[in-house]
Amino acid sequence: MNETLGYVLLIAIMLFTLTTIAAWLIWLERRMLALWQDRYGPNRAGPFGLLIVAADTIKLFFKEDWIPPFADKKIFVVAPTIIAATVLMSFVIVPFAPGILVSDMNVGLLFFLAMSSLGVYSIVLGGWASNNKYSLLGALRGASQMISYEVFMGLSLMGVVMLSGSFRLTDIVMAQENYWFIVTQPVAFVIFLIAGIAETHRLPFDIPEAESELVAGFHSEYSGMKFGMFFIGEYLGIMLVSSMVVTLFFGGWLGPDFLPPIVWFILKTFVFILLFILLRASLPRPRYDQLMEYGWKILLPLALLNLLITGAVALWIK
Amino acid sequence: MNIESSLTDNLDSVFGETVFTQQFTVDEMETLWISPENLILILSHLKNTAKPAYKLLYDLCAIDERTHAKTTGSVNAHDFTIVYHLLSFERNKFLRIKVALQGEYPSLPSISSLWSNANWYEREVYDMFGIKFHGHPNLRRILMPLTWEGHPLRKEHPARATEMGPFRLWDEKEDREQEALQFKPEDWGLKRRSEDADFMFLNLGPQHPGTHGVLRIILQLDGEDIVDAIPDIGFHHRGAEKMGERQSWHTYIPYTDRVDYLGGVMNNLAYLLAVEKLAGINVPERVKVIRIMLCEFFRIASHLVWYGTFAQDLGQLSPVFYMFTDREKIFDIVEAICGGRMHPNWFRIGGVAQDLPKGWDTLVADFVAYFPKQLTEYHNMVMRNSIFKARTVGIGIYSVEEAIEWGVTGPGLRACGMDWDFRKKQPYSGYENFDFEIPTAQNGDCFDRAVVRVEEMRQSLKIIDQCLKNMPEGNYKSDHPLTTPPLKKNTMQDIETLITHFLNVSWGPVIPPGEAMSCIEATKGANSYYLTSDGNTSAYRVRIRTPSFPHMQMLPYISKGYTVADLLSILGGMDYVLADIDR
Repeated sequence: MNETLGYVLLIAIMLFTLTTIAAWLIWLERRMLALWQDRYGPNRAGPFGLLIVAADTIKLFFKEDWIPPFADKKIFVVAPTIIAATVLMSFVIVPFAPGILVSDMNVGLLFFLAMSSLGVYSIVLGGWASNNKYSLLGALRGASQMISYEVFMGLSLMGVVMLSGSFRLTDIVMAQENYWFIVTQPVAFVIFLIAGIAETHRLPFDIPEAESELVAGFHSEYSGMKFGMFFIGEYLGIMLVSSMVVTLFFGGWLGPDFLPPIVWFILKTFVFILLFILLRASLPRPRYDQLMEYGWKILLPLALLNLLITGAVALWIK
Repeated sequence: MNIESSLTDNLDSVFGETVFTQQFTVDEMETLWISPENLILILSHLKNTAKPAYKLLYDLCAIDERTHAKTTGSVNAHDFTIVYHLLSFERNKFLRIKVALQGEYPSLPSISSLWSNANWYEREVYDMFGIKFHGHPNLRRILMPLTWEGHPLRKEHPARATEMGPFRLWDEKEDREQEALQFKPEDWGLKRRSEDADFMFLNLGPQHPGTHGVLRIILQLDGEDIVDAIPDIGFHHRGAEKMGERQSWHTYIPYTDRVDYLGGVMNNLAYLLAVEKLAGINVPERVKVIRIMLCEFFRIASHLVWYGTFAQDLGQLSPVFYMFTDREKIFDIVEAICGGRMHPNWFRIGGVAQDLPKGWDTLVADFVAYFPKQLTEYHNMVMRNSIFKARTVGIGIYSVEEAIEWGVTGPGLRACGMDWDFRKKQPYSGYENFDFEIPTAQNGDCFDRAVVRVEEMRQSLKIIDQCLKNMPEGNYKSDHPLTTPPLKKNTMQDIETLITHFLNVSWGPVIPPGEAMSCIEATKGANSYYLTSDGNTSAYRVRIRTPSFPHMQMLPYISKGYTVADLLSILGGMDYVLADIDR
């Protein structure tokens, strides 16, 4: 009984913390972008503009809940919840620190891949239900992008699985006690990072929403908190991919003893979150077909090659 | 002079002596009157068989002659004139062909099969004057709403809303307006389906983040591939040409600022060069150099806006902020000199509004020293970015021949290898005294158009530097009675000067009858004002030839077969502003 209560408490705390951090990331991103772009960014509400998040949330909550009359209402309402839900579900298997994790599944990595594949439904259904041509184009782009980048996202991780001999994320972290997997799996790291950016459809992979072409892509018709769900889902996705990168390639919570493991984990994760933001500040957006070509013609063969070599070396060492 | 006489000789020998009448104009442009029957024959001869040929249809406009105070030219009373401006690159000469028309709603043969860019020009004439072009494939309104009554540039059409009576929108009228807004692909000459696919029609704009203003593009899509893209313009139409007929010569200057609203005083220059030709004013050297300096500042400012927004269209978010910061630095200088920023309205007939302020040279010198390293940084940030290249190289290609056929001028023409720049070829305002290069590129794609503009900024900076080092002493306004406001120094000495001064300040100057066209290399291409005066305090007809109009007309031609994302590259690479298209 007590154990169940503990889990419920942990889940509640995690849900609260994750959504709060995700919302706060919006502030962080806007401030960092502003810093890099020689502007001020939000600096009015609260100290350093920190309360802009609260202001934005209040605004989103009190906006008229408008569903376009031409939309498919049920799907239109369900779509934004999917992205937020699937990303939050993925956090179940992320080992933040020894003892701070919801479920230490033995198929943790597969669970992560499965959940991130489900996320695409949000975009496709949202774009479809909006019954708007821009949304439809965005949804189509999103679907094909996410499906193709999923393929080698999975493949790139198999090298890590081979080296650690497990799909369980705690095992993978513990297997990095001598050296981080970035040392032996740099190619896999790069591929996973790129695929991860594509999964969260952030610049330069934001073609599903490409604002200069498709207005706002798949979420053009969304407003209020439904838009907020897409928004928060995107930032949760950034956190998820960053923490997965840290777990899989940068030793998760491992680090010198002078800081507690959770702090190491958070520090490492934030480095990658900042990288995401920096990418957005600096790169233009490739065209849709160029992105596909890049994925299938370069990243996929690379991922396979990496898998082959890792397997061969692993066998040879044995 | 030889070439000119040989042209008329040549026409004589081909068509016989009676086919044209020559007219002499103050801008010394060869002007021929021909009759509508011979129009197609003579124009196709000039375009195709004359040697050297007049390849470019530079402008096509009409004049409503019915209220003309004094007849000009050698053809007597007639109701409308259609004016064709042709340009021959080999001769480096313009040619003005005029056709006189009789009747309330006359018609004449269309030349849209002869020049591709005549299509929109003829539609514009139809829209503004109600003159019909038979043989035109799609003669419908282009700038005004489809439900508009009357043709605005006809003299009987009111110029002010107050002359039109109060606006009312009763139910049937509202229904009619709504009906006119319904989208039917057939109206735009688009098929709903091909043999194997139903097309999707995407309405891009007039409110869209990628169109840089109120431009509507109707896209016929097969998946994401563009089957056809038809620009719908006119949302930014403010009747700048009509306003020219009611404003005095002097008070029209601020309106020109807003035509290419990124070009600032450069628009003033195009207008004033034509006015000064009519008035016979020679401006002092100092005025010329001041004008050039400010024009080049605005060229850089305009190109910076283009540079940043182009990168932003392709998804690069940061450059636009750096570039707007630098644009602010330019505006600080402009503000110190003119008082205004985007629309300084600072040039005057015969000069500029004031002398340069004390300390202008340090401001300019600081900028000249500061800017090159910024350009290098932008070059590394944008032009050398491989994704940027992937999005622009090989996109929206046209050749020199196609460019000329469609009336492309400016950087778009230079990007396909033709080093045509009016500052060099037909120097105005003293550009012949400056040392600068004309940047060109070879492939005529979006990337090359960017390369040309980026290099142009360096050249403009070079010109500004020369202005700074060689600013002549002298007056900031010429000593001529028609300058505005006229110089006052002798008014207290003799009564004649006082009377002239009083009249010129109260009425504005009376510009002698005649017609003149200026042509400048504006930020986006060749910009011209073709002014007709009937010896009054305001122009009889102001024709503004803007570069963006023909450029936008070319959009369907260069965007077919590309994707929606490429369309944004093409639009960004084109560098247009809507006010420059619609006027």
